[in-house]
Amino acid sequence: MTEKQKEKKTSLKYRAHELSSVDVQLKILSDAASIGVKPFSKAIQDMGLKDLRPTSLDIFQVNVGKMCNQVCNHCHVDAGPDRKEIMTRETMQECLDALKGSSIKTVDLTGGAPEMNPDFRWFVEELTALGMHVIVRCNLTIILANKKYHDLPEFFKKNKIEVVSSLPYFAARRTDAQRGEGVFEKSIKALKMLNEVGYGMPNSELKLNLVFNPSGAILPGDQSELEKEFKQKLMEGWGVHFHELFAITNLPVSRFLAYLVSSGNYEQYMSELAHAFNPTAALGVMCRNTISVGWDGYLYDCDFNQMLELKVAAKSQHVRDFNTQELEKRTIILNQHCYGCTAGAGSSCGGTVT
Amino acid sequence: MSKPYYVDSDLAKFGDIAEWNKELADKFFSYYGDVFKPGALSAREKSLIALAVSHAVQCPYCIDAYTTDALKKGADEEMMMEAIHVTAAIKGGAALVHGVQMMNKAKEVSM
Repeated sequence: MTEKQKEKKTSLKYRAHELSSVDVQLKILSDAASIGVKPFSKAIQDMGLKDLRPTSLDIFQVNVGKMCNQVCNHCHVDAGPDRKEIMTRETMQECLDALKGSSIKTVDLTGGAPEMNPDFRWFVEELTALGMHVIVRCNLTIILANKKYHDLPEFFKKNKIEVVSSLPYFAARRTDAQRGEGVFEKSIKALKMLNEVGYGMPNSELKLNLVFNPSGAILPGDQSELEKEFKQKLMEGWGVHFHELFAITNLPVSRFLAYLVSSGNYEQYMSELAHAFNPTAALGVMCRNTISVGWDGYLYDCDFNQMLELKVAAKSQHVRDFNTQELEKRTIILNQHCYGCTAGAGSSCGGTVT
Repeated sequence: MSKPYYVDSDLAKFGDIAEWNKELADKFFSYYGDVFKPGALSAREKSLIALAVSHAVQCPYCIDAYTTDALKKGADEEMMMEAIHVTAAIKGGAALVHGVQMMNKAKEVSM
């Protein structure tokens, strides 16, 4: 395998890349002065706030593991086939126990490819039995990756799962540049399989939403304009239906940070994020109503803080000690990557926030 | 060492033109902002037109700005290349159509 091929098929961790180290990432991110932008915490203070705190705890986001069938260039998880860190059934049970004692009604499952966790289906069925609204962040190609995944659309339907899938563009070049060779074609096939069982169809209760991340060092454009464009192109070109498009900004964490640094775009991208700081978006960021659970059960303010190993500032840092009241009083841990969620119309796992 | 005529960091200083005439700069930037708002044409269509015109006027600042802007607004490489072929066709056509004038003049002065 050439170096270039290795880069496309393996995680930073596997390659022992210096940016697989959280310390190195944080060192780069923390150096706000060299880019000429103020620290993110200062931007929050300039809004008249002492710090950023949760509003409530509505969404329980679980990262069930870093294992993935894809190696996307922008992945903030540094996921891939070589990552073996996945959640055990025991930790999943601790999540279920935590949810039983809380008023949370939405569980958002992410990864890696969450479906690759051998206990994924068991976990989903247990969550559904608890009455949770379950969201699965499905990368689409997993449905075609192996025969054992071909029935995922039926499984999702049976459990009334909301499916959220990444599709960075309505054509192959920009999709494959970000997500890997042949991903666009497979994604279209998977979308058609989801449409066939009713997902994404007009007036269908089976929700199929798409995520748009820019394929490069640029911020996403207007979400509603992009949604119109995606709807028209996917329908005209491939007869594919979906409900909503979420435009998500790429955050400078892990592989996207490595891309920014190696392509010489880091300073300019960070500066653009900081200059686009929107106080209204800052008030609507998802860490204010979400808690993120890592594959090993530790708790974080968001999936990005999870990848930077910045655990919640609370006594109960593990899901086995889950304490809603305490977590709702915590201070959210901030760093320069937070500018990614507050730029322009804002960004969250559900798209823009303003 | 000679200085280049164009410096990419100057693009971010565009607003500085207000320093020597604020009233006209404010009017210009306000108009500019309104022009690029979605209307009968979408923001993406306007961005692609701007990209094509940027090539016609051969402004490196505009090319940088509208390449990024068009990508942001959902355009891709195929659309952007088609847009600048429109520039090339019009610029090439504009040169060639003057061939008629050349022919007219040649005929006028020839036997």
